[in-house]
Amino acid sequence: MSREMTGAEMVIEALADQGVEHLFGYPGGAVLPIYDALFHQQRVHHILVRHEQGAVHAAEGYARSTGKVGCVLVTSGPGATNAVTGLTDALMDSVPLVVITGQVPTHLIGNDAFQECDTVGITRPCTKHNYLVKNIADLARVLHEAFYVAKTGRPGPVVVDIPKDIQFAKGLYQGPKNIQHKTYQPKVKGDLERIRAAVELMRHAKRPLFYTGGGVINSGKAASQLLREIVKLTGFPITSTLMGLGAFPASDPQWLGMLGMHGTYEANLAMHDCDVMICVGARFDDRITGRLDAFAPGSRKIHIDIDPSSINKNVKAEIPIIGDCGHVLEDMLRLWRTGAAAADKAAMAAWWKQIAQWRARKSLAYKNSKDIIKPQYAIERLYAATKGKDVYITTEVGQHQMWAAQLYGFEEPNRWMTSGGLGTMGYGLPAAVGVQMAHPEALVIDIAGEASILMNMQEMSTAVQYRLPVKVFILNNQYMGMVRQWQELLHGGRYSQSYSDALPDFVKLAEAYHAVGIRCTNPADLDAAIAEMINVNKPVIFDCVVDQSENCFPMIPSGRAHNEMILGDAAESIEDAVTEEGKMMV
Amino acid sequence: MSSTTHYPAATVSQAVETHTLAVIVDNEPGVLARVIGLFSGRGYNIDSLTVSETEHQKHLSRITIVTRGTPMVIEQIKHQLERLVPVHRVVDMTIAGPAIERELAMVKVRGKGESRVEALRLADAFRARVIDASTASFVFEITGGSGKIEQFIALMIPLGLVEISRTGVVAISRGPETM
Ligand SMILES: Cc1ncc(C[n+]2csc(CCOP(=O)(O)OP(=O)(O)O)c2C)c(N)n1
Ligand SMILES: [Mg+2]
Repeated sequence: MSREMTGAEMVIEALADQGVEHLFGYPGGAVLPIYDALFHQQRVHHILVRHEQGAVHAAEGYARSTGKVGCVLVTSGPGATNAVTGLTDALMDSVPLVVITGQVPTHLIGNDAFQECDTVGITRPCTKHNYLVKNIADLARVLHEAFYVAKTGRPGPVVVDIPKDIQFAKGLYQGPKNIQHKTYQPKVKGDLERIRAAVELMRHAKRPLFYTGGGVINSGKAASQLLREIVKLTGFPITSTLMGLGAFPASDPQWLGMLGMHGTYEANLAMHDCDVMICVGARFDDRITGRLDAFAPGSRKIHIDIDPSSINKNVKAEIPIIGDCGHVLEDMLRLWRTGAAAADKAAMAAWWKQIAQWRARKSLAYKNSKDIIKPQYAIERLYAATKGKDVYITTEVGQHQMWAAQLYGFEEPNRWMTSGGLGTMGYGLPAAVGVQMAHPEALVIDIAGEASILMNMQEMSTAVQYRLPVKVFILNNQYMGMVRQWQELLHGGRYSQSYSDALPDFVKLAEAYHAVGIRCTNPADLDAAIAEMINVNKPVIFDCVVDQSENCFPMIPSGRAHNEMILGDAAESIEDAVTEEGKMMV
Repeated sequence: MSSTTHYPAATVSQAVETHTLAVIVDNEPGVLARVIGLFSGRGYNIDSLTVSETEHQKHLSRITIVTRGTPMVIEQIKHQLERLVPVHRVVDMTIAGPAIERELAMVKVRGKGESRVEALRLADAFRARVIDASTASFVFEITGGSGKIEQFIALMIPLGLVEISRTGVVAISRGPETM
């Protein structure tokens, strides 16, 4: 069934047909017809952000907490360029988005017209795919195709650039049915022979380890469920990347914690010493592998990924399996169940004994204080106060992000939204806005740093306007702590430009936004202050004043092997840690 | 011993190989930019690139790329190309079986007297055709593998070579099979 309508109406029609309920955006000259079409309908709700970067991060938070495609509408020129950081972030972290940008009328393209930019040129390397629609007859198809490409295979952001004359032009609208892509049809079922070989390898493993990533979360809730089943059934230990937290419950005894640069001692040493590594939906990124030639030297690797280009990119896999984690895990589980012997019991007992010794090292331990709030303590208390609640955590980027990843226990997938691949400061607050929009009743907390939060602080206004009671929990150490930590490690403690000077009064700032401001400086007051934050049904900025000098451990310094990590209590300062080899090399 | 960057160092790499890739793409605006952008953005080499629409009804173009890299990088290049939405197929002509590679070059040689005669004689030996002639110059058209063309060019330099235009490599598999 096709109906005649304008291009602008088609945009709204297509979004509604694709099940989009929330659209994050910001108006401007080149999208006014679409804003006019929005005005005449009730199906798609528009959320007015305060900066286009915020719109994209909000859509990311929305997408990652729901598993749906996030949707954005921005104007040409500065609207589009402001969206670029968000697009790159979504590409790096495989978040499905459809971002619609207005463009100058087709006859002016290439003319340096007012607010013209080469949007498809600029966004080509930071999108999964992009389109410039120059003919109204293509518009409906392109819009539906954009959703298909965004969510199929390895998800990612798609830009549809629509010139203003196309928004005014009339054409026939086609629904999403019968839209089949000619070339883009990723393989979801894994090769059964390879899966069989993988199961065989797993059965004879003496020191196996599951290493999982964001792919498990992207695959959907069923994949996390299947992962839990296979981990239980095999009895193998499991670790995950920053992006994969929550796919497997943190409270489970088989969970070793996060691995990588700031991963736990047990996770990284298990990775180093394992003989069979089962990588599920992770990509051997440099924050995970450290020094490549010393990475898990004695291991045979199984790598499951939907994106063939992730396989053998950094690390050679002995058994590569291209397919959706969910499908592959399902086959794996079935083959494991029907096979003869279970895992090697004696070897597994020895392996777990070894892991218990590593665990006993308590690598996340820190020296607490009565006088000053330690950032780790703040996360622990936040976790204690919110455990078991319907809670979603977003973060900014820095030490606070790593402490949150280390110390907040995630039990379910889609509850943890952080900028992993790009490491975008300013991600957390707009992402929290998006999450809260999708889950109005939930408790949504942005664990922030005082520097990062200033990068998209304006979105507080969005939160207030839409009565989104997001909580911004700032670990205020008055430093770009992560930068300071690296300056201690590599640059002789010369804190070049990493001090957070002239900070605003965050309590007054909250009040200026008509939100609630809370400050806490004393460890004894922390629990009550957190309770107050949780109980107000309004956006809150919580200024948690923490120890300025704390560093984030464990840490694998640049380009070292997993068994060369620095532990927090092994050195007085990290500078010592690097020079006094004996103390910190473990 | 302190590290000076916050990235792991490059690891010792494998030997570099040259591969010829045939890439079938939708002939739509921007597709070549996507392919070239992929190579420049990820730091891959392009030694030669040719493109033309080969199936008009289906609007399909064939891009032939000669690239260099370690086996791991070559594998990455193919997978990254396959990931581009308008790409239908990527075939590595270097490993897919015996293939023929050809290039066409037009070579302008200026000269008089003995060198002019010598140029003509050599052109004949290389089966290069004269496609333009004046009293002071020839334009030769030569096709063949890149090696043959390189050799011809080297011989023409002392005989008055002044300009070259080359198409870059195109390739096709031998035998009845298609890609
Ligand atoms: C947009 C952006 N610019 C710069 C950086 C580099 N960077 C990483 S962490 C960091 C400091 C963050 O400071 P803060 O938000 O206070 O967090 P802390 O490390 O103190 O917890 C900086 C500048 C970044 N990740 N993103
Ligand atoms: Mg800070």
